[in-house]
Amino acid sequence: MLEIKNLHASVEGEAILKGINLQIKPGEVHAIMGPNGSGKSTLASVIAGNEDFEVTDGDILFERANISELAPEERAHRGIFLSFQYPVEIPGVSVTNFIKTSINQVRKARGLKDMPANEMLKKIREKAALLDMDRKFLSRSLNEGFSGGEKKRNEIFQMAMLEPKLAILDETDSGLDIDALKVVANGVNKLRGKDNSVLLITHYQRLLDYIVPDVVHVLMDGKIVKTGDKQLAKDLEERGYDWIKEEQAEKV
Amino acid sequence: MDLKEKLISSFFAFEEQIDLENDIHALRNNAIKFFENKGFPTKKEEDWKYTSLNSILKDDYSIFPKKEDAIEYRDIKKYCIHEIDTYQIVFVDGIYASHLSSTTHDKFDACLMSSALNSPKYKSIIDKYFNKIAPEESLTALNTAFSKEGAFIRVPKSVAAEKPVQILHFSTGNESALMLQPRNLIVVEENAQIQVIERYQSLTANAVLTNSVTEIFVEKNAIMDYYKIQNDKVSSSLIDHTHVKQESNSHCSIHTFSLGGKLTRNNLNFYQHGEHINSVLNGITILEGKQHVDHNTLVHHMQPNCESHQDYKGIFSDRSTGVFNGKVLVDKIAQKTDAFQSNNNILLDDKASINSKPQLEIFADDVKCSHGCTIGQLDQEALYYLRSRGIPIKEAKALMMFAFANKVLTGVKIPEIKHRITKQIALKIGVHLGFDL
Repeated sequence: MLEIKNLHASVEGEAILKGINLQIKPGEVHAIMGPNGSGKSTLASVIAGNEDFEVTDGDILFERANISELAPEERAHRGIFLSFQYPVEIPGVSVTNFIKTSINQVRKARGLKDMPANEMLKKIREKAALLDMDRKFLSRSLNEGFSGGEKKRNEIFQMAMLEPKLAILDETDSGLDIDALKVVANGVNKLRGKDNSVLLITHYQRLLDYIVPDVVHVLMDGKIVKTGDKQLAKDLEERGYDWIKEEQAEKV
Repeated sequence: MDLKEKLISSFFAFEEQIDLENDIHALRNNAIKFFENKGFPTKKEEDWKYTSLNSILKDDYSIFPKKEDAIEYRDIKKYCIHEIDTYQIVFVDGIYASHLSSTTHDKFDACLMSSALNSPKYKSIIDKYFNKIAPEESLTALNTAFSKEGAFIRVPKSVAAEKPVQILHFSTGNESALMLQPRNLIVVEENAQIQVIERYQSLTANAVLTNSVTEIFVEKNAIMDYYKIQNDKVSSSLIDHTHVKQESNSHCSIHTFSLGGKLTRNNLNFYQHGEHINSVLNGITILEGKQHVDHNTLVHHMQPNCESHQDYKGIFSDRSTGVFNGKVLVDKIAQKTDAFQSNNNILLDDKASINSKPQLEIFADDVKCSHGCTIGQLDQEALYYLRSRGIPIKEAKALMMFAFANKVLTGVKIPEIKHRITKQIALKIGVHLGFDL
């Protein structure tokens, strides 16, 4: 589904990603962990097409097509979704109008007609219920005055509506209490299927108790330095990152 | 002959058309002298610093247009709010068009200024209100000098007008250039209520210059909502003067939608003569090409315990220019005033510009006055967020512009107007989002 080859990226001339190689197959859930400033969020942004970052080398292939040069909206049309670490507040646009526009623009790009209004309404209700969201929430301005938890829940609501092929969750667990975390994890797990992949970016092992990953990667200083299974996340939780740093030093 | 000379010499011809015995003729005589002394305002005057009239004073305007009967309802329908039932006072080239109008004298009066000026029945009203709050200023004086026609609305005590009134001015282009001086008077008596919609619209690309004056009196406990739809052709210019005098416990809102025209100047003045008054001034300005809109507002808080809310939003593309000059004056006696003013602007192109100048003069010490002014581009982070959800850049920008203007539209009480403005904004931006805000 997603294949990243030797990806280098920089922001304002400073190199952040220094040769990332990553392959995610359909149906897989990968987690990327790593200390602060290691480049986790940059990786998420670069896959989603944030133009603040410059890809200086390497390729991003999505379903075998090179998407490195595509605009963020074109990547969304192909089925990539990024749940933002810090969702942006947009006063004056309601959650409902926003998601309608989003869904219909994606459909338009895929050569489909607008989703019929009653079907849209039904889907909105269904997904809002899945995420335990209040109806009133849907008529509020997008993210305006939302608590941290509400913003994250709203991100997962959008994900559930758009049903992406690849969902990238950037620190979706931060700012969530345990009940909200379970609700969000449930939303993500509902999306899992043989054709849908998930890339989780997280600091903490906690989320991985609820969304169990197939593969765990450790990102340090712009490179993936270790790859393992879910046990690796538990080891990191217990032992921190220093032992990996030492391992790296020994290799050198 | 320049326009000033032409106007002054035309005054004698104008006098042949009117009743010189009428009391207001003395006003006209004084006004033309005032205009003769002052002439058109120039950029040297502080209030006109950012708006030059030079480009619109060059045309050889016809001052006395001929009566035009060839215009039919189908020619003007799209410019009317035709989805709802309203009274309509329609003028074609400045002359009343009875076949397009529907006036009333039943529960309230919605009719012609000329009949109010000439009928003994309305003499006491004219004596009491006509030219009482229009300030001594050259363009207002020019209008007063030629004041003869316009709309006259009077809602008697405790009457709520059963439907809105539309005041519509159309120009046919029969004259290569036409100057109009409409004069309106609106009196909303105690406990009365009314909604008014106003529009100046040219039907061709010939030059039109409208210099209009509207005096509005909102008496105790009365409610007035006024909607100005300005979406004229780029050959038409408008200099509007609207003066509102409010009495205790009254509410008056004026919404100005400036979406077209060549040069538009909106002078909007509120005078609060009682307590517990609420005044609302809302504006949405969306310009392109070389269009220019200048909002010059004044809210004069003259008594305690009143509120005023000003919210003007502007979006400027290409080489378009805007001015917001908002003055809030709080007299020493006007304690507990709550005055709010906000002017937010988005510049979409490097050559577009806005001059925003808030002026607060506060002489009372126990008041809540706030103002804010912003000038910026669309938020790039928000654009990226929308695009990451599959919304293409053009639609994303449109959505953000809609969102930006939306707050001002929430105050519009007639849904058809709201719908129409949203549609016009969408049309201007060139997208269809599939919903109204």
